[in-house]
Amino acid sequence: MRQPFAPDAFDQVILGCVSVIADEMNPARIAALRLGMGEAMVAFTVQINCGSGMQSIDTAYRYIQRGTADLILAGGTDALSHSPLVYRRSAVEWFGRLAQARTLGARLKVFAGLRPSFFSPVIGLERGLTDPIVELNMGQTAELVSHLFGITRREADEYAVESHQRLARAQKEKWFDGELEPAFARDGTIYDFDDGVRPDSTVEALAKLRPAFERPWGKVTPGNSSQITDGASWVILASEDAVTKYGLKPRAVIVDSHWAALDPSIMGLGPVMCSTPLLRAHNLGLSDIDLWELNEAFAAQVLGCLAAWNDDTFCREALGLPGAMGVIDRNRLNVDGGAIGLGHPVGASGNRIVLHLVNAMKRLGLKRGIATECIGGGQGGAMLIEAMS
Amino acid sequence: MNKPTLAVLAPRNIELGPLAGVTTAGPWKHWRMARDADGIAWLVIDREGKSANTLSDEVFAELAGVLDVLEREPPKGLVLRSAKRSGFVAGADINMFVGEGAARLSEILTQGHAILDRLDRLPVPTVAVIHGYCLGGGLELALACDYRIAVDDARLGFPEVTLGLHPGLGGTVRLTRLINPVEAMTAMLTGRTLHARRAKSLGLVDATIPERHVRNAACAAIEKQLRTNRAGLTVSLFNSGLARGFLAGRMRKEAAKKAPPAHYPAPYALIELWEKHGGNAGAMQRAEIESFGRMVTTPTAQNLVRVFFLREKLKSFAGRRWTGSRVHVIGAGAMGGDIAAWCAWKGLHVTLADMKPEPLGGAVKRAADLFKKVSQKSAEVRDALDRLTPDLKGEGVRSADLVIEAVPEILDLKKKVYAAAEAAMKPDAILATNTSSIPLEQLREGLQRPERFLGLHFFNPVSRLQLVEIVSHDRTAPEVVAASNAFLGTIDRLPAPVKSEPGFLVNRALMPYLMEALLMLDQGVKKETIDRAAEDFGMPMGPIELADQVGLDICLHVAEVLRAQLPRPMPDAPQWLRDKVAKGELGRKTGKGLYDWKDGRAVKAADAPAPAPDAQDRLVLPMVDVCVACLREKIVADEEVIDASMIFATGFAPFRGGPMHYARQRGLADVKATLERLAAQYGERFRPDPGWSDLT
Repeated sequence: MRQPFAPDAFDQVILGCVSVIADEMNPARIAALRLGMGEAMVAFTVQINCGSGMQSIDTAYRYIQRGTADLILAGGTDALSHSPLVYRRSAVEWFGRLAQARTLGARLKVFAGLRPSFFSPVIGLERGLTDPIVELNMGQTAELVSHLFGITRREADEYAVESHQRLARAQKEKWFDGELEPAFARDGTIYDFDDGVRPDSTVEALAKLRPAFERPWGKVTPGNSSQITDGASWVILASEDAVTKYGLKPRAVIVDSHWAALDPSIMGLGPVMCSTPLLRAHNLGLSDIDLWELNEAFAAQVLGCLAAWNDDTFCREALGLPGAMGVIDRNRLNVDGGAIGLGHPVGASGNRIVLHLVNAMKRLGLKRGIATECIGGGQGGAMLIEAMS
Repeated sequence: MNKPTLAVLAPRNIELGPLAGVTTAGPWKHWRMARDADGIAWLVIDREGKSANTLSDEVFAELAGVLDVLEREPPKGLVLRSAKRSGFVAGADINMFVGEGAARLSEILTQGHAILDRLDRLPVPTVAVIHGYCLGGGLELALACDYRIAVDDARLGFPEVTLGLHPGLGGTVRLTRLINPVEAMTAMLTGRTLHARRAKSLGLVDATIPERHVRNAACAAIEKQLRTNRAGLTVSLFNSGLARGFLAGRMRKEAAKKAPPAHYPAPYALIELWEKHGGNAGAMQRAEIESFGRMVTTPTAQNLVRVFFLREKLKSFAGRRWTGSRVHVIGAGAMGGDIAAWCAWKGLHVTLADMKPEPLGGAVKRAADLFKKVSQKSAEVRDALDRLTPDLKGEGVRSADLVIEAVPEILDLKKKVYAAAEAAMKPDAILATNTSSIPLEQLREGLQRPERFLGLHFFNPVSRLQLVEIVSHDRTAPEVVAASNAFLGTIDRLPAPVKSEPGFLVNRALMPYLMEALLMLDQGVKKETIDRAAEDFGMPMGPIELADQVGLDICLHVAEVLRAQLPRPMPDAPQWLRDKVAKGELGRKTGKGLYDWKDGRAVKAADAPAPAPDAQDRLVLPMVDVCVACLREKIVADEEVIDASMIFATGFAPFRGGPMHYARQRGLADVKATLERLAAQYGERFRPDPGWSDLT
């Protein structure tokens, strides 16, 4: 509605979404139709775990760059609260046998094979957050990263507290106006506020929490992890031709992007693996970036990335650098909080951090930024973005 | 520019058997018939020159000719359907019956019955395929067939009761013998339409299918392969004399709740018809003809038929379909929210703006509740809600074809809204206000494009009250009025063109009704008694209850505005009313006003005394007088628009045909003299308007 062109002017829609439910296959197309973009709007859904919301932007960017599109709507969404409970395989097969049993005798025979365990559902979300190759859940990978780089429980809690406070401040100062749209439910409830924020968080309070994933000695707790939430984000990408044609006022330019992969058991280091080549390709150092959005999957994971960049051995041997890359100024990193307070709806985050990076740069009068995130399965994505004046 | 794919293909999605693509087949103007390769005759009704099928005497006469052919050379089976996209058959032409004398009427009906009986008795299987609406005479036509197949969107019903009649072409007999007679009588007594799925569960139709299976289903019916779900036992059980006697009493009681027998004779004639003759088809058929003939001549039926034509007249003001598709509503209060919801329901894209999110939340909830009530399908509800966008920042104004302002009645606030809207609106968009009390001449001051500004005054609740006063000022461009009329037609509301004067027509006419009631209250008359007097006249709701329903704050405000702006003497609002409003006792919306309200209903004492003999006149005649004044001041073009407006905006006793028609029926001289008498007795406020002398 803010744009001077009609909804059907887009060339296509790309949506990142991880937990697609059976009722809404290819949610990109469903969204396109329900947004009134017309029957002719091509739309597809992308899935690269936590990177999905950034992948949609990246794919759109490459299509436009290649010249096959001028205007693409790229988004990310996940409603983790809607994650289904799933029947285990043995139960599914039992149901199949029941459906095929035609006579009373056959049905009775099937019922004789009924086991109590069939009624115990699998929590889809739990399985989704566990890596099947290394058999660690996401929280456990953060534990491993924090161990390898000596991140302490206290440091993680301190990071989390600061993140909540930054978020609370941003909310209070209304810095999310124009970025956050209130949602209106059918029952009249208005959702205009991300209520995961805990502005009164203290390190002492967080210290009392028990580890979430590896008891009793783990460092990763519910208090210093991102929250499991619902969310959605959209970004419009336009070619130069489209900007001219419609008289658009772009807020930023995508300069470049890079994706990288690493061992799944330390997936939290993904941002380091992809941002570093991105910086190198443009002859930039860590401090040449005015603003960073590094998705806060876990406080320990963010701190692990910062430590890795400052680790001589790791930089030389894993990144091929002459030595440690340096330190990121904490006042340039996640300045308005992040997933720890806001939540990490898996498919949406990549999209949200790009959008917020742009808005934060405009607000602070900064020019060059990187949005980057770790990806379950052992990957990372990064985008180098310049704000337009 | 390529057309949407389905639109290109839709015309071929209507199964016409051997008549596909054929424009004439047989010597008839309104019918076509041909046999297919299997020997099945396909008979298609396609009334010449009309977009919808209705049964006229010519259509019937031709049908007799069709039956001649079918009786001479019986086919393997007969499939009967309509070629019109809009539906099967909407009913019999009212003009066939209206204005005819009793003898001629009996003749017409007997002939009609005879033709349908011939269809019924054809010695071959007959199947009616019904899509869209199948109402009144159309349903009677379908009932004369052996089978009925409904396409998914079919809607069947007998609306005759809303015209003060009942089915007269055999419907009362055939329906009560086909489905559970209690369901049949309920359908005929309420006039409600049944959707295909409900019709199937009752056994009224034998199958519901998408259009693509029509041929197979019709052939299956003819081969007697169709599994039907006929009522069987319930029919004979409830048609027994004992059952009829008992059930008729219950039906009378139910009917009396909504339609008192003194005002609406038709439901009771129908109940009596079934009670006396439900056990004997032949006798019931003859009695139906006689009863229908009687009903047509009742003043109620004549007035309700007139109301039907009044509705058609207002509908015709809408003209062509609106070219716009996007509406921006500013103000998400009771009116704005409901206007937005209704527009979204009718397929338009709506953005609803408000300064705060809470009213938007309330509007979305009310919209969702409304959609869920009027729709059976969750996809429809979802799509309608998708078309309603809460727009906190008011961004939708830029792409809107029509902007409707519905903010509180404060001049400066409205002007600020207009200034902001005009700066952002499309240059050819229309700016409309829902104001009820601020003169348009004041509101248009400072506008860049006053010619694109007019009033669209909706009534609450928007979903139920069809009338919208469309208010022009002396600089409104004619094409803006035309486009606004078209918009109202698109959202299925009835435009009543009025000039910009205080209160327009409806509020101005309601004011003396409400004020007199408050005065009577002051004089010690019980509120239930006052309301009874109006209900006895035929108003759907008495003035006290109406005041609570509208809101005492709104009543007070409108009363003050009108009193200030109109030259006519009007009693001042009583102090106790102001006190009540100040205390927050506003009526239904706060649970207490003049009445106490529980669960959306007024709590009324049961033992209130009967109204005084002149109570009705005291309440109703001032309304009529204001209508005469509005006619004289040329606020409304003619009496028909007045009657239509009052009926469709206030529910003014429709069986009386409207205030002006009532005055004429009663006698203009009598009404005028009564007003003079009331003036002498109660005060100048009853003095008849000079306009009475202009009425002929």
